[in-house]
Amino acid sequence: MKAFKAGPMKALTMRLQDELFAIEAESVREILDLVPITEVPNAPPFVGGLINVRGRVVPLADLRVMFGMDRPPPDKDTRIVVIEIEIDGEPTIAGVLADKVHDVTDIEAASIEEAPKVGMRWRADFVRGIGKRNGGFIIIPDLGRIFETQGARTPPSTAEERLAS
Amino acid sequence: MSFPDPTETFRQEARELLEQLEQGLLDLEQNPANDDLINSTFRALHTIKGSGAMFGFTAVANFVHEFETAFDQVRKGQTVATPALIEVALDAKDHIHKLIEQPDTKLAGGDAILEALRAVIDGTNAPAEAAPAAEGAVIALDLDEPTPVAVETAPAEPTTWRIRFRLPSDALVYGTNPLLLLKEITDLGPCVVTALTDTIPNLETIDPEVPYLGWQIDLTMAEDPHAAIDDVFMFLRDGMELSIEPLTGAEPAAEPVAIPAPVVEAAPAIVAATPKPAKAAKAKPAPAPVAETPAAPPADAKAPAASSMRVDAERLDELMDRVGELVIAQARLTQIAASSSDGNLKTIAEELERLSSGLRDTTMGIRMVPIGTLFSRFRRLIHDLSRDLDKDIEFITTGEDTELDKTMIERLADPLVHLIRNSVDHGLESVEKRLAAGKTPKGTVRLSAVYAGAEVAISVSDDGAGLNAERIRAKAEENGIITADQKLTDQELNHLIFAPGFSTAKEVTSLSGRGVGMDVVKRTIDGLRGSIDVTTKAGQGSTMTLRLPLTLAIIDGMLVRVGNGRFTIPLSAVEECVELPEGIEGKGRNFLDIRGALVPFLRLREVFNTTTPPEPHQKVVIVSSGEGRVGLVVDQIIGNNQTVIKQLSKLHSPIKSFSGATILGDGTVALILDTAHLVAHGQSYVDRNKSEGKAA
Repeated sequence: MKAFKAGPMKALTMRLQDELFAIEAESVREILDLVPITEVPNAPPFVGGLINVRGRVVPLADLRVMFGMDRPPPDKDTRIVVIEIEIDGEPTIAGVLADKVHDVTDIEAASIEEAPKVGMRWRADFVRGIGKRNGGFIIIPDLGRIFETQGARTPPSTAEERLAS
Repeated sequence: MSFPDPTETFRQEARELLEQLEQGLLDLEQNPANDDLINSTFRALHTIKGSGAMFGFTAVANFVHEFETAFDQVRKGQTVATPALIEVALDAKDHIHKLIEQPDTKLAGGDAILEALRAVIDGTNAPAEAAPAAEGAVIALDLDEPTPVAVETAPAEPTTWRIRFRLPSDALVYGTNPLLLLKEITDLGPCVVTALTDTIPNLETIDPEVPYLGWQIDLTMAEDPHAAIDDVFMFLRDGMELSIEPLTGAEPAAEPVAIPAPVVEAAPAIVAATPKPAKAAKAKPAPAPVAETPAAPPADAKAPAASSMRVDAERLDELMDRVGELVIAQARLTQIAASSSDGNLKTIAEELERLSSGLRDTTMGIRMVPIGTLFSRFRRLIHDLSRDLDKDIEFITTGEDTELDKTMIERLADPLVHLIRNSVDHGLESVEKRLAAGKTPKGTVRLSAVYAGAEVAISVSDDGAGLNAERIRAKAEENGIITADQKLTDQELNHLIFAPGFSTAKEVTSLSGRGVGMDVVKRTIDGLRGSIDVTTKAGQGSTMTLRLPLTLAIIDGMLVRVGNGRFTIPLSAVEECVELPEGIEGKGRNFLDIRGALVPFLRLREVFNTTTPPEPHQKVVIVSSGEGRVGLVVDQIIGNNQTVIKQLSKLHSPIKSFSGATILGDGTVALILDTAHLVAHGQSYVDRNKSEGKAA
């Protein structure tokens, strides 16, 4: 796990279902209103879609899949956060679905704790840390780990297997 | 705009010249007596020397000078271009290449190469010495050299030469510095320089940009200064006056073929040549100056500039991107126009569509390069392999004018090197084994390129032993790539050679057999959206065929709908569209009867797990790739569009059904179907069906 830099972490906070998430502001390129999403048949549900970001074809990721959350259809608050991330050493632009985007805020390093190894609903290695703000918790996901796991795994889905067998 | 680095320009030019030199040498090996080849090889050398000196590559210039001196013997017909000579000359060429690419590092080995070069030349020269000297002169005359060749064994006494020159009137405009020229000449030996002031006009009529001064230099040196002086004026010879005469006037009267040549006038150049004693042992290109004048390197180098120009590949990529954006914007306009009732708008949209598709084709055309440029590089490879492995190889190439995207050609170089090495090293047997197998001692490696639909098929084949299925199997089991009881088809077995860490060579040679290479080939070809096939016949050889798309950027596509999703099929792969016959659902067979041929079909709705209700009248798009055909069942055929291919990210690249994505006129993303992959699946379905049929 990467250590956090000293000083406050500038982060974009967003809501996924009932949980508050924070993404390092540095990696965020822009925030879009919902755009038409093209489904990719047989793709893993985490990256099941493609969107057009200013002429680029960009994969759209749904973190809710990785955190085992419900996935209701998009509503008026739904946004797409476009981030830049390295996947296997290759800089990649990806969209991340957010049920609601809040604001950019400083999270004090001192208030960030490592994710507990046990007693958490989610895979511990997907969480870089948990911050506290206004008495609530903010989950800081390890996006690099999440995307890389997905990129490395991507099992051929059942339909492709059916096609191949 | 920035000025290009002149050194880089020289490097680029030199690279081309070196390639030309290498081709020339290899051609010469086949055809040692061809004067044209000898001359063009010599010219390439000479130009490298000249421009190398000009750009400060002194080491290059010096080395090439020695090389040239030695090679001049060949040009004069005093030495034959033996294979041994070509071999050393190729080494020398490699050395020049290194000198040019790494001018700052001290490179050893140059002297050794020159030594070897001289030794080879002296060796082949030895029998010629017995022949009368006149023979050399006769051959030289055959080469249309108007000045006599003096073959003299006695070293010449230092002679004083009177050199007079006047620069062309535009020389100063083009940046010539007469002082530098004078310095170069005065460096040759002790001399007296006099300015000729007779043509200086009155002050009021003087044009400051015209060199009015002439120069007279009395230079004392033992050798014939013609070649040296010629080098000094290499880039000025057109339009300048130059005369070189021995000052003593004591002409050796008994020249064998001495034609007392007066001043040869060739307007506007005046080049005077008089018979002179030359040192045969030193073999400076003594007779060259006059004969060579028309082939002066500057003129030679300038010639292609008129018909072609060098463009940075990056700019081409940028242009392609822009055209891609334009095509997308145009598609949107077309869509808006289609739903509008404005006639003018429709006309403009159509006009723009025509223009942008023309622009697209032109832009693509700029990037297309004949694959022959790549093929010719492999001749050297074969030459070296043949020597290192002691195998006699005939190398045949066909389809050199097949054109492919430039980036594609660049990326193909390494895979093809691997395949050719593999063919020569593993494929072709040793001479003894070939003879034992009743084959000709000379093995053949064939490299060919042909268009196959929207693809180009490039194959490397040999007439060697073929792949050894048992050895492959044993090796794959040993390396843990397959398990002992795993059942494999021949094709699957052959493809094991592309598995990482696989190698069947019993001994590791310097060339292949380290188990890296073939998997890299496979990966590179996959990266180019191509495929690789192996066919082999025991004892008769094997063929590796690469299938590659013509371009990586834009294609014509057919847009179809499956459920709610829209997909693009490369139009070049589409053969025809038919209705799916009704009532075919429940029969459990997935074949269509297309004019008597059974074509398997895939329901894309099933492949893509579509849940929306199907259209009552489903359509089938028949696509082909290589040999195979497959029908793709879709809900609706929407129409044709120009498709700018965007690569899928790493997250989606493992999904094999799609080769990329594109942006449609309304701004949404559509996936591009990978027809080759789908056809392969359709085909495996046919094969399975056949074997099941047999079993039943």
